[in-house]
Amino acid sequence: MEEVVKFLQHPGLTHYLILSGLLFSLGLFAVLTRRNAIMVLMGVELILNAANINFVAFSRYVSTSIDGHVVAIFVIILAAAEAAIMLAIVLNIYQNFNTVNVDDINQLKD
Amino acid sequence: MDLYTIILYFFAVVTLGSACIVVFSRNIVRAAFALLFAFFGVAGIYIFLLADFIAITQLLIYVGGIMVLMLFSVMLTSHQINVDAKTGTIQTLPAILIAACVGGGVIWVFWITDWKEKSDLPVIDTTAAKIGELLLTNYLLPFEIASVVLLVALVGAAMIARREKKG
Repeated sequence: MEEVVKFLQHPGLTHYLILSGLLFSLGLFAVLTRRNAIMVLMGVELILNAANINFVAFSRYVSTSIDGHVVAIFVIILAAAEAAIMLAIVLNIYQNFNTVNVDDINQLKD
Repeated sequence: MDLYTIILYFFAVVTLGSACIVVFSRNIVRAAFALLFAFFGVAGIYIFLLADFIAITQLLIYVGGIMVLMLFSVMLTSHQINVDAKTGTIQTLPAILIAACVGGGVIWVFWITDWKEKSDLPVIDTTAAKIGELLLTNYLLPFEIASVVLLVALVGAAMIARREKKG
């Protein structure tokens, strides 16, 4: 018990890693269960954020160089591009199928 | 337990609680706004890791950009008359099993590994200048490729979303 209290009182690398692990599993759950395409993409954003926390935490506590920050910036750039493409594709699917349920979208052309 | 630790746990709880609402809420608009707070919490975590530039970028791009896109797509794709913002879940039990196994395995590996943490943490002043130097020296090629990817993504998104003119 004392060890747990001591662990909780001194935040270090492991705390951030556990936080990102929890965030990752929540995002994975959203990707697996949601039927709405936008909700699936929200899960993907959660997973990307979990990976980013890991990059920055390792850069702070293990390598002490700033390279992890640069990789985190590239992840954010790709997430932005992905969100823009996502909006375009979802709008197009909604015009053609009148739904964004990923289970109902099973045709490449009419 | 000092103030630093308490605020860190506050940000962690905000992040995880909002992420839980995102994952488990049946109302998609509520999920989108909860995602906003999850991004805020992650930005706070970045500040605790002394990553000031990443935290500001997170606020600008995620909260300012990606969230607006998400809300746009939520509102453009829910049925206008009969507001059907509810969204169901499928395969809940196997998904819980898979997510719990993967998350538990990842956390277990994080827990048992000896990460060789530095005992004397260096005091980082500001990171923006160093990130800029790295982007223009070691990471020049990925930087240029990222700019091309962004341009292509913008043109492609405009191209896909454009309404086709008949005839």
